[in-house]
Amino acid sequence: MRGSAHHLIGKKTGILMLLPSLVLIGTFLVFPAIWVLYMGMTNETLTGIRAANPQFVGLQNFVRIFKDRFFYNALKISLLFVFGSAIVGQAGLGMTLSVITYRKSKKFRSFVQAVVILAWIIPEVVVAYLWVAFLDKDFGTLNNVLHWLGFEKINWFYDYPVLSIILFNTWRGTAFSMLLFSAALETIPPSYLEAADVMNVSPWRKFKDIILPNIKSYIFTDLILITLWTFNVFSPYLLTHGGPSFKTELLPIYIYRNAFRYFKIGYGSAISAVVLGINLALALVYLRLSGRGARK
Amino acid sequence: MIRKRRRPLTALEIVRYIVLIPILAFFLAPIVWLFVTPFSSRPSLSISLGKPTLSNFVRVFQNKIALLAFRNSLIIAVGTVVLVTVAALLAAYVLSRKKFKGRDILLYVLILFSSVVTGVAAMVPLFMMNLKLGLIDKHLGVILTMSGGLLPTSVFILKDFIDSISITYEEAALVDGSTPLQVMFRIFLPLSSRGVIVIAMLTFVNAWSNFLVPFILLRSTTLYPISIAIYTFFTEIGVPDIGMISAYSLMYTLPVIVVYLIIEKRFGFSFYGGLKA
Repeated sequence: MRGSAHHLIGKKTGILMLLPSLVLIGTFLVFPAIWVLYMGMTNETLTGIRAANPQFVGLQNFVRIFKDRFFYNALKISLLFVFGSAIVGQAGLGMTLSVITYRKSKKFRSFVQAVVILAWIIPEVVVAYLWVAFLDKDFGTLNNVLHWLGFEKINWFYDYPVLSIILFNTWRGTAFSMLLFSAALETIPPSYLEAADVMNVSPWRKFKDIILPNIKSYIFTDLILITLWTFNVFSPYLLTHGGPSFKTELLPIYIYRNAFRYFKIGYGSAISAVVLGINLALALVYLRLSGRGARK
Repeated sequence: MIRKRRRPLTALEIVRYIVLIPILAFFLAPIVWLFVTPFSSRPSLSISLGKPTLSNFVRVFQNKIALLAFRNSLIIAVGTVVLVTVAALLAAYVLSRKKFKGRDILLYVLILFSSVVTGVAAMVPLFMMNLKLGLIDKHLGVILTMSGGLLPTSVFILKDFIDSISITYEEAALVDGSTPLQVMFRIFLPLSSRGVIVIAMLTFVNAWSNFLVPFILLRSTTLYPISIAIYTFFTEIGVPDIGMISAYSLMYTLPVIVVYLIIEKRFGFSFYGGLKA
């Protein structure tokens, strides 16, 4: 295995070639993640006396988080948001779309996928404008359609704020689950379903007894990844700014408000550390799963 | 027999479309605005074209901040692309061709951190890091911060790609008396160009679309990329200038769509699932 190319690059050259990446990743990814734990144990602020001279306060910030009703508010909304938009919305729609286009012509599948992917690739701020327009009470497309169908117009952002951002994020992120599930379906040997076709098995039984068991691990991988991502999504801020009256204040928005609006870096760091801890748990589960499947 | 089997199938087809059409409508409806309003003479939040016009685009070109932001977005995106692509290629080459102790652990740690350290939670320490390094309100800070986040996945994808290139070409050239540098430029680079192009394009799209990093790190209007400058367009009476915002949004979105079409045409979609997040 270790042919002469092993000597293509010497030890020194090898280290030199790794260095740019390692320095960048170390400075702007690894070290900050560890540093945030320490900052979370100080009372550092961006303005005032504590900015120049932050003090070590131990676990005070962490204790305060767990007494802060805004933290529980944000946690509750984030859980609702993840459940509604990622697990039910994105994974549900992604599964529906991948099954609908499964074993269909390539043209049909490409068309369906292109529509969903478009929502996924448009830049964040543009997407925010699209949804502000789409859900607008007086002029929005959705209300215009409802009105045309004979329904009352709805003040979406005010009366159904959480549902609004859930719909938004479902729309935004379904593409990933759809693509992952479509790829997963391709791994099922065609003979399984052909045999079922011959035996006249009902579509539901095919789904439940053939498709689901065969792509179970992919579903689990997908759920963990989209949970991790959705948990950290900030774009609803561009739609609602966390309001009305904190009703859409997700954890990232709660962090943003404390760290960058109130300049409470110490406290903001402590909340960040908690969120990064949750990310870590999810990522470890994901890597465990994917390590077992794909890699040698 | 055949008839009996066909009838339930058509029923299934009907169900298929009853499910599919509302879903597609749901995905398309919000997007229509993006392609209609920029050309509308009466731009508003509703979809109405009025008399088609290009005047919204003209106003974009007359706005100094709008044009500066295009330049700024290009600086940030190109800077990030160059840095990420070069650094990732160098690292991926070593990680693919050299087996050394701790290599797998290193890769594991990189991927772990890149998925964990994300979003606003990561921006708090990253903001402080930039502050201590004197990089707040500088394009360099934005470029370095984005690069740190994008590098692990780029290295990982490129390493996978290089693994698939047989090492024999490099070995043969070496035996023929080429220097390692010649091997790198004449043999290896042409072979790996596909992977490099994909990484460059994905990095471009990511940096170009990113909102959070410049939003937290930049202060001066003249340094704003498009994603931030778009929030500065107001009419004389202080309401958002919807015509200009929509035209600008479309100009901002088109490069992204073009890049994805190229990737889809030339490389297929599954390749990069990991980098868009």
